[in-house]
Amino acid sequence: MKDIKVLGPGCKRCQTTEEMVKAAASELGIEATVEKITDYAEMAKYGIASTPGIVIDGKVVHAGGLPKDDDLKRWLRA
Amino acid sequence: MNTLAATLGQARKSQGIWFTGIAVFVAAWFAIYNQLLPFAQWLVTQLPIEPGSHLASSVEFFFYDTPKVLMLLTLVVFAMGVVRTFFSPERTRALLAGKREGLGNIAAAHLGIVTPFCSCSAVPLFVGFVSAGVPLGVTFSFLIAAPMVNEIALGLLFALLGWKVALTYLAFGLAIAIVSGWVIGRLHLEGWLEPWVREVRAGEVELDDQHLTWVDRFEAGWDAVKEIVGKVWYWIIAGIAAGAFIHGYVPAELLSGIMGGDAWWSVPAAVVLGIPMYSNAAGIIPVIEALLGKGAALGTVLAFMMSVIALSLPEMIILRKVLSLKLIAVFVAVVGIGILGVGFLFNTLFS
Repeated sequence: MKDIKVLGPGCKRCQTTEEMVKAAASELGIEATVEKITDYAEMAKYGIASTPGIVIDGKVVHAGGLPKDDDLKRWLRA
Repeated sequence: MNTLAATLGQARKSQGIWFTGIAVFVAAWFAIYNQLLPFAQWLVTQLPIEPGSHLASSVEFFFYDTPKVLMLLTLVVFAMGVVRTFFSPERTRALLAGKREGLGNIAAAHLGIVTPFCSCSAVPLFVGFVSAGVPLGVTFSFLIAAPMVNEIALGLLFALLGWKVALTYLAFGLAIAIVSGWVIGRLHLEGWLEPWVREVRAGEVELDDQHLTWVDRFEAGWDAVKEIVGKVWYWIIAGIAAGAFIHGYVPAELLSGIMGGDAWWSVPAAVVLGIPMYSNAAGIIPVIEALLGKGAALGTVLAFMMSVIALSLPEMIILRKVLSLKLIAVFVAVVGIGILGVGFLFNTLFS
């Protein structure tokens, strides 16, 4: 069970990222909870300065812009 | 091992395709670009418009400028998209954290031009910088430079109006960002941030190096073209239409009377007019081109453009989440005075 958080204020890119994460997880058959974090203070605590950000099991794997599908799958498998 | 070799082979092959494709594209680009003016003139002669009339000159401006600006934009956005893959807000922050003011302001203003971030990232970026120990004034230098010295505007100015105008825009934009940030830093306004911003401490973040290949960078450039050109083309058409109208119909005497170097009040008027106006930098350039052609003073026109793109209401509303109203007022005042100064200085230098 992976605990995934998508960090972003709710702009278009952040929503797309959330959908990409969900799609990649279900494609790989990985069980995951995807949580959206929109609180700015919470985001800053993870140390990112650009959104959307992706946190998997407490580790920041991505910040800023849409992730690449290949990378996303690599992070999910790790 | 085999798959690794295959992947590497694939990467080399697509890299070759990219390089060839770009070479062919650039060659075709220049060939077409040089034919745009004759083509626009020919097109106008084919229309039932009296040659030499106001309408003919407006229509020609429109037919010439639309493909020209769109082609230039594509080239500039692609190049900037590639350059920006070498920077990220996180890396910029690491460079700026703990920097002294002064040098820090200078570095921040320059990094503001090349660091990619979308407008919805403005708040996370601000909080991320301040909470990681980037001084407030240095953060402001970055936030002012990022929209004010717009790389698209810079590229278009260079192509349409020459390197002198582009370079002065760059130099003055940077100067305003550096000085404004420095002034805000000197005023010690940390107390005017929203309380939660002062309390939050940034966590350590160690992003894996993403090992970008040239293919990745080119793809990022192409993505930028699709996204930005796809988003701003109607701004550009609107801007060119406005420019075409000015070019064809507005008498030069009228405009140089209002926006010429002799009218001292034109610079403040241009700045005030620019604040509620919100346009994409790319859309405002054709208007500027037409205004300058009609004898408007360069300082007045640049002041108008900077005010339109750097002081925008939507951005202030977003920043209200982290800044108190007093701090936003200081921000607008300092940047506005900077733009005014540049406008006056420019008009004096180039009159």
